[in-house]
Order: sequence, then structure tokens, then C-alpha cells
Amino acid sequence: MSDSDIIQIRGLKNSFGSQVVHDGVDLDVKRGEILGLVGGSGTGKSVLLRSIIGLQQPVAGSIKVLGHEMIGKDPLTMRMVSRHWGVLFQESALFSTLNITENVKVPLREYYPELGDSLLDQIAGYKIAMTDLPEDVGIKFNSELSGGMRKRAGLARALALDPDLLFLDEPTSGLDPVSADAIDALILGLRKMLGLTVFMITHDLDSLYNICDRVAVLADKKVLAVDTVENLTKLDHPWIKRYFNGPRGRAAAESFEARKTGA
Amino acid sequence: MTGSDDFSFEINGDQLALQGALTLAHLDSLSNRLQTLSTVKVIDLSNLHRMDTAGAWLVHKLAQNNNAEVKGTNSAVAHILDQISHYDRPLAPEPKHVSPLIYTLTGVGKNTVHVWYTIVGLVNFFGALLVSIWHTICHPSRLRLTAIICQMETVGVNALAIVGLMSILVGVVIAQQGAVQLRQFGAEIYSINLVGRLSFRELGVLMTAIMVAGRSGSAFAAQIGSMNLAEEIDAMRIIGVSPMESLVLPRFLASIIMMPLLGFYATIAAVIGGGLLCWTVLDIPPTTFFTRLREVIPYTDVAVGLVKAPIFGALIAIAGCFQGTQVKGNAEQLGYCTTKAVVHSIFLVIVLDAFFAVFFSEIGWV
Ligand SMILES: Nc1ncnc2c1ncn2[C@@H]1O[C@H](COP(=O)(O)OP(=O)(O)OP(=O)(O)O)[C@@H](O)[C@H]1O
Ligand SMILES: [Mg+2]
Repeated sequence: MSDSDIIQIRGLKNSFGSQVVHDGVDLDVKRGEILGLVGGSGTGKSVLLRSIIGLQQPVAGSIKVLGHEMIGKDPLTMRMVSRHWGVLFQESALFSTLNITENVKVPLREYYPELGDSLLDQIAGYKIAMTDLPEDVGIKFNSELSGGMRKRAGLARALALDPDLLFLDEPTSGLDPVSADAIDALILGLRKMLGLTVFMITHDLDSLYNICDRVAVLADKKVLAVDTVENLTKLDHPWIKRYFNGPRGRAAAESFEARKTGA
Repeated sequence: MTGSDDFSFEINGDQLALQGALTLAHLDSLSNRLQTLSTVKVIDLSNLHRMDTAGAWLVHKLAQNNNAEVKGTNSAVAHILDQISHYDRPLAPEPKHVSPLIYTLTGVGKNTVHVWYTIVGLVNFFGALLVSIWHTICHPSRLRLTAIICQMETVGVNALAIVGLMSILVGVVIAQQGAVQLRQFGAEIYSINLVGRLSFRELGVLMTAIMVAGRSGSAFAAQIGSMNLAEEIDAMRIIGVSPMESLVLPRFLASIIMMPLLGFYATIAAVIGGGLLCWTVLDIPPTTFFTRLREVIPYTDVAVGLVKAPIFGALIAIAGCFQGTQVKGNAEQLGYCTTKAVVHSIFLVIVLDAFFAVFFSEIGWV
């Protein structure tokens, strides 16, 4: 494993009963990059994410995160690793009995109990501000938020520990284009500030073009290709072609070109 | 990881010099000293080579509160400081602190209002249930037989083992305790009367009702409650499926049908338990036991038990399903309402049982 790889997956196999979701997935994520993961609905993107963070027990293969083997890890390693990552789940998974400020404070309290409550409140406050949420959201509960607000609150919680590694499951789905752009800008900004690595599942073609350094394509139970979007569009695979060269794909490509020449 | 980097700071007059990496892991050493840092006018970051957003926040706040000058920033640190200042805004207002007296009084008031709303809601719910029963009578094809039978299985058949075991033990206990007391008068034989009449009139059905409330009443509340949380009930409504007909009615009917059956089964089990004890401990052979049982138990005793059972079943189903519909917002509410479903149904069952005891004696079924 080269030092630059923050995640290394080899020969991963996942199945539910007789349904095989992954068969021989290989994937490397380099330190400091923003990697997008695309694939049709139901191809197992979320399952791949869950196996990387240790929530899904794979049938075979190896997964290394920050140099630690995640399969069969002991709780202590898990705790050490999870201090360095933040995860945004597809359904946000906010704690329903805590308000949003308290949700963001949960990871901080767990790992840094020595910090005073008022400091934690302030930290939670600016994390919530970072994700573009209005300030009165802090005292609201999960059930009182809109779908897009939940996404952003989940992102604020994922960012709580200033992680080195950020896992995002569809961060911009369900957001209006303005907020989606703001999230994209936030992710880019954070990477610039902290040099963090982002593993991002997304269907948002604009995000793929604008912020992802490389994109991995999950299809046929494998990672078919990992490359920049420009190179992927040239590949000769029916699904990849349809994905990037359909009407939406072309529109995203054009707007990206326009931005690049405009800038 | 770079988290192991050290951090230290030096105070020199009104100068604060930070060294190393100011990250979450080292934040406490600085944040605990904020009081002593209130005179700082210059913050020197020239030896700080790393900082995360939390560290930047602390420096930003310190500089802001003290009107201090930040100097010696390298470009990366300066960038974070600049970014973080964009996210500085007033915190959401804390809920106002109220005095304990007012808090208690408000609590009492809120609870009273809540009890009233619960009663109104329950009546409402019962009304809606009656309406849907009427609809089903008018359109019998709308009755969900599969759902009813499925519920009958979970409420009744799956409870057979536990109810049976419980009832046998109850029978054993009554016979044993009865025998101990009655022996003093040489009237041990009367423990048969005790076991038989108590089981048929009271304990068979009452203990079953308590068991069903704990097993199924709670399940009803939890099932409907979690569907409520996941907006499944709303989805049903707008598709045009009535939650009353598809969720509540099958549970209601299944409970009404299964409670008498389970109650009767429990009664027989209790009598058998009592009989076993009489046989083994008191040396009363089973034939004597059953002959005497037939002599001393009037048919009205069987009727008393069987009349109460479906009513208890209805009560349990209504309390459980109603509490399920009351779940709002979060997982804690779900637990709270499930508990309430069980407490309310057991309480109501016992109150009603007391009422029935008096009622049946008054009409001469003694
Ligand atoms: N807990 C589970 N039990 C059984 N099958 C599952 C489970 N979780 C996922 N699956 C199956 O695994 C496959 C991949 O699911 P996954 O959630 O990873 O899809 P996805 O690629 O994230 O799709 P989407 O883009 O719609 O979120 C699906 O066919 C799904 O039915
Ligand atoms: Mg998914």
C-alpha cells in the first residue's frame, strides 16, 4: 500500500443471501482527493460505503482505511479510526431525540469531553453556519426539518470533528441548485483549508464535473473504471456512455465548459 | 496521523505566542485559560504550522473579544482564519430559564390539558372505529380477512405457550395457598371450589388480559407508532387506504375473537394446574376433583368469564392502536406511547373487572 492511499479495497465481495451485490471490487482513494462514486440505482454504492466504514460485513476481500484493516477489526481500532472520519448517511440519520446543535455536539463530546459546554455550543454553531443553515435550526429537532435541511444538518454533524476523511452519501440530492452549489463550494473550501479526503456517492453530474478529482464507476458488481470525468466520457461501455452522454450528462458537461472558459 | 503534533503557548506581557498544531485534541489547554488571556493584545501565530477549524474558531473569538491583533500567519493558517470568520454569527437563542415553581405549575397545567385531549382523542378514535365497522358491514368485501387471521395468529396462537404456562402456575398457587388456609378448618376439599370458581370467574380471563396487553397491546402501539413516524400512515391515507380499516380493525377484531378463546384456554389450564396440585399434595384423585368441580361451578361462572373476555380484548386493542396514532416526532415518543398503551390497557382492564364483579353479583350470578 502506497502512503498516499487513504482507503484501499481489494477483492471485495458482498452479498445478501443469494443476491451478490459486489464481486471483486478494487478501489484506491488517494489522500487529499475528492473521489466521486457513481452507479445505477441499486448497484450497491451505499452498501460499498457501509462496508468501508465497517457497518456491513463483507463475504470476502480486504478493506484498509488509514492503514487499518477494517474487516475483523477490534473495537479499539474502530474507535481510533472513527475519530478521523465523518459520515453523512443517505437518510441523514440524525438522532431524533436531540436537537440539531446537540446532534453536532455528540461526536465532539464523545472524543473531547474536556471541552467546555459553551465552546462546544460555539463549535456546533459555526458548523451549522458552514452548511448554510439558518441559525434557528440549532434548537429544532429532526422531525421539524425539511428533507434538504436534514441533509445539511447531517453534513454539519459529519464535519463536527474536522475529519481527515469525509464519507458523503448523496450530499446534494434533495437540495435546490443554489444550496447544492453551496455544498459543493463548502466541500472544495474544506479540502483547501484542511486537506481532507472526500469519498462521495452522488448522482449530481454538476458535482462530478465541478469538484471531483476522479470518479469511480460501479457497475456489473465491480468498479469498472476510476478516472477523471473527461476521460470517463471517452470510455466505450454502454452504461457509462448513457450516463455521461445522455441529455443531462451533456448539459452538465456544457455548463462545466462554459464555467471554465468564463473563469 | 498528524494529531500527535504538540501544541504549546507562551504569554509574554500582552503577547500570546502559539506553537505547534492547534487542533481539537489540544483545544482544552487554551480554552481553559481564556480568563487569564483577557489582557492579550497580540496573537502571534508565526510558529503555528497547523490549525483546524475549531482551533481557528478559538483564535478568531479570542482576537475578536480582546480586539487583539493577529500576526505572523502563514498563508494556510490565514486562509482558515479568514474562512471561519464568515461563519461567525449569533447563536440560536437558548430557551428562556424559568423558575422551578413556574416550571412545575406549567407542567401540571400541561398534563391536565393533555389528559383532557387524550380523552377527547380516545372518544374520537372510538367513533372513527365504529364508523369504519359500519362501513365494513355495508361493504363486507372490504373486510381484510388475511390481516385478521394474521393478527389472530400473533395475538392468540403465538401466545398459547406462555399463557398456558402462566395459568397452570396460577392454578397451582391458588390450590396450594387455599389448601394451607382451609386445612385449619379441615376443609381442604374446598380448595377445589376455590380453584374452580376463581379461575372461571376471575383469574383465567384477567391474567390472560394482562398478558395480552403486555404482548399485543404494546406491539400494536409500536407497529402503528413506527409507521406513523415513517409517514407510512400518511402515505396510506393519500393512496386512499383507510388506516382504520387496514390497521386498526384487523387488530381490534382479532383481539375480540382471540381473547375469549385464550381466556377459556387459560381457565382450563389453571384448573388443570390446581388439579395436579390437589392430586400430588392433597391426594385428591382427578376423578374426585372433576366430579366436585362439576357440582360446584354453575354455568353462570363460565358465562361471567366469557362475557368479560371480548370486552377486555376490545379495550386492549383500542388502547394500543390509539397510542400508536399518538406517536409524533421521535423515537423517545414511540417508547413513551408504547408504555402508555400497556399501562392504560391493564389499568382499564382491572377497573372494568372490578365493575363486572359488582355487576354480576347484583344481577344474581353469584
Ligand atoms: N440490508 C439489506 N438486505 C438485503 N438487501 C439489501 C440490503 N441493503 C441493500 N440491499 C440490496 O443491495 C443492493 C444495493 O443497495 P444500495 O443501497 O447499495 O444501492 P445504491 O447503489 O446506494 O442505490 P441508490 O443510488 O438508489 O441509493 C440493492 O439491490 C438492495 O436491494
Ligand atoms: Mg444509496
